Amino acid sequence: MLEIKNITKTFSSPPGEVWTLKDISLTVEKGEFVSIIGPSGCGKSTLFNIISGLERPDRGKVLLSGQDITGQKGHTAYMLQKDLLLPWRTVLDNCILGLEVQGVARDVGRKRAEALLPEFGLEGFARSFPVVLSGGMRQRVAFLRTMLQGKEILLLDEPFGSLDAFTKGEMHGWLLKIWEKYHPTVLFITHDVDEALLLSDRVYVLSTRPATVKLDVEVKLERPRFRDLITEDKFVKLKKLLLEALAQNKPHS
Amino acid sequence: MKKYLSPFLAFLFLLILWEIFVEFLHIEKFILPAPSHVARALAAAWPLLLDHSLYTAVEALLGFMFAVIMGTCLALAMGLLPWVKRTIYPLIVVSQTIPIMAVAPLLIIWFGYDILPKVLVVALVCFFPITVSTVEGLDNIDQDMVKLLVTMGATPGQILRLVKFPGALPSFFAGLKISATYSIMGAVIGEWLGGSKGLGIYMTRSMHSFLTERVFASIVVITAMSLILVGIIELIARLTMPWLYQKKSWQQDEKL
Repeated sequence: MLEIKNITKTFSSPPGEVWTLKDISLTVEKGEFVSIIGPSGCGKSTLFNIISGLERPDRGKVLLSGQDITGQKGHTAYMLQKDLLLPWRTVLDNCILGLEVQGVARDVGRKRAEALLPEFGLEGFARSFPVVLSGGMRQRVAFLRTMLQGKEILLLDEPFGSLDAFTKGEMHGWLLKIWEKYHPTVLFITHDVDEALLLSDRVYVLSTRPATVKLDVEVKLERPRFRDLITEDKFVKLKKLLLEALAQNKPHS
Repeated sequence: MKKYLSPFLAFLFLLILWEIFVEFLHIEKFILPAPSHVARALAAAWPLLLDHSLYTAVEALLGFMFAVIMGTCLALAMGLLPWVKRTIYPLIVVSQTIPIMAVAPLLIIWFGYDILPKVLVVALVCFFPITVSTVEGLDNIDQDMVKLLVTMGATPGQILRLVKFPGALPSFFAGLKISATYSIMGAVIGEWLGGSKGLGIYMTRSMHSFLTERVFASIVVITAMSLILVGIIELIARLTMPWLYQKKSWQQDEKL
């Protein structure tokens, strides 16, 4: 279980403004899929940097299974919107990057990754370089790289943000299938309401800066879920709720 | 192969133009020899030329290797330690404003007429492109890739090995190619100032005897040697970075 307790962070950006995370608390249960949704520039990525240990909060704590991991790296697997595949490594070797950093022997890592390639729609591409892959395939390699690290928490920062709507839809269906099978604990950043509701067990809505938790919604839609869920009444009801919360977010003038 | 066709035809056209020009205006052979004269001189002096060329090639290769080692070490020190870059980089750039023709005679004074001053001239000419390109390559590494490795808990050594070295390779090879074209020229300049053997010596002697067609023949040989060296570098680059060239062919496909 991941607990974020009263995280506050202040920092100055070039024009002299001060952007903040203010007293953010949230919880992700083991095996839960949780999304954070909020206007762009509200500090969602800063929150991820804090959870992954890249940055330290001014105040507050990050707890993993009750243990304080604030400022420590290596407890989470981080996936960004940019796939960040290394162009000089084959698909297979990109997948095992995290394992290699952990000191796992290459052959051992390769065997583990190779077994998963078909499920990730990458069969036959093990020895290709990333440059021949489509956008969706690249993100799937990046996701496999993230999963293979074997961390308790996956931090996904708008992983499908740069994909076209059609590919994004396909990726949702695929991710739901993978999640159904492995039940990884996921914390997911997005500004796409449909995406958040379709994938998550719980959605946190953040306000504009200083970012606070504005709303915390449990998504009680039965699983397994499929893409056509987004047109059903119960889905639309929840969507309205989220959209209203986001609309109230307009900065005060 | 197709892309080489039009420059080859243009070159052929220029040669024919040159031949006709010299023939019709009756230009003296010692002022401007026709391409056919140059070709004949090249054939006649071949064994001698080959002997001199080999000597020059040895100088150029030694100097080039020296430059690669020196340039790479400098670039790594600057790319990885910001204070080293702040201190040395401006000096290196300014040093390039010193004409090599002014430095070469000094090298002769210090190190005599043997091979060493020639090798040093080549090294001085060649290290700069390698250093600058490699530093640039290290600077332009995608910082998000480094960030990703940091979140994985990678050590600075792992980041160097897994991201920075391979990421800087294309720039490193670009620098190598430029340096390779300079290397033969550097050796010839070194030889002009004194020595007993080499293409530079052969050129000077031919010039003094007004055997201008032999000067041109030397130029042909210098060009050929430079091209061969660049070709070898290109080959090594392709073998070292197959991913980069795969990309190029794919991009071409995309355009079609």
